[in-house]
Amino acid sequence: MMFSAAALALLVTTALALVRATLGPTIFDRLQAVNTLGTCAMLLLAVLGFLGGRPEFLDLALVYGLLNVIGMVAVLKFFRHGGLGEAGE
Amino acid sequence: MSLELLRDLASWACLLAGGGFCLVGGIGLLRMPDFYTRMHAASVTDTLGAGLILLGLLLQAGFTLIGAKLLMVGLLIFFASPTASHVLARAAMIHGLAPQLADSAEDASSKP
Amino acid sequence: MLRSLSLFLFLSVFWLLLSGMPLPFLLAAGVGSALAVVWFAHRLDVIDHEGHPAHLVWHAMLSYWPWLLKEIAVSGWQVTRVVLDPRLPISPTLVRMRPSQTTDVGLVTHANSITLTPGTISLEVGSDEFLVHALTRDGAAGVQRGGAMDLRVRALESRPEKAG
Repeated sequence: MMFSAAALALLVTTALALVRATLGPTIFDRLQAVNTLGTCAMLLLAVLGFLGGRPEFLDLALVYGLLNVIGMVAVLKFFRHGGLGEAGE
Repeated sequence: MSLELLRDLASWACLLAGGGFCLVGGIGLLRMPDFYTRMHAASVTDTLGAGLILLGLLLQAGFTLIGAKLLMVGLLIFFASPTASHVLARAAMIHGLAPQLADSAEDASSKP
Repeated sequence: MLRSLSLFLFLSVFWLLLSGMPLPFLLAAGVGSALAVVWFAHRLDVIDHEGHPAHLVWHAMLSYWPWLLKEIAVSGWQVTRVVLDPRLPISPTLVRMRPSQTTDVGLVTHANSITLTPGTISLEVGSDEFLVHALTRDGAAGVQRGGAMDLRVRALESRPEKAG
């Protein structure tokens, strides 16, 4: 029951972050939204594991968290050195 | 029996509060006026929201392998999320995105 | 040598916790992986006070982290109140501060702690100056040389280093 409530809160947060990612306005806002989205996805995986009685989901959450951080740093590095289309305004 | 109940109650309170703080972060992400202030809102989700939800799950798991893995997820967030935030904020700063400040006098001196 | 040993033990425990299956093959694979990582780390020359700061762990876990968690909870609650307030009473401020830490581990710990606390983010980190963005003026006032966090990180990094 409480797991469902936490999962619902996380899903709503994900939706809010998606709205921010759509609105922008700068690329950094979108990246921040994606970062929040990643954290929410990670927590959601953990909660879903308990909700369904399958704690193996925690391994997925760990891997997802690692990829999230590495992906964020990689995108920013690429953005600084290679450019990512029309950035900013 | 009553100890079980107490533990369940604590864990539920943590889960609910954690979900609430996550929502606050999401709301702040929409309400705040500029990028840097949005970051502060998002860090509520990353720290208090994530921490309380993981604590709630940890109370359910107890001293098991699952609990150890939850701790690892927590430590990962604890160490990695400030690094990601800092990299993002620094990239925005280098790109020249100026923060909106309350005192505009300080704005001139703070440009990199 | 002692540091390599402690890194090896740490990696082995990490493997055991992640796998959770004490089959002979998996245990052997774990020991092999841990040895390989220690060897690589040795070749990269990163097993030093910076790459594996084992001498700080106990003091950090018992004294600094609990204080930091309390600090995160307090400022997280303040940011929550600001976000939910209909008037949105923010006063974003930039602060420059001179950290009193001397080692890289101390500086990074300090900068990460600033970012981890809701309401303050470190924008630029150098050995002699931090540039910090704070959500409110009150939050900005807490970040300064000689402030609580500065002093605690200073105390943490000045732990004597064991030989090894």
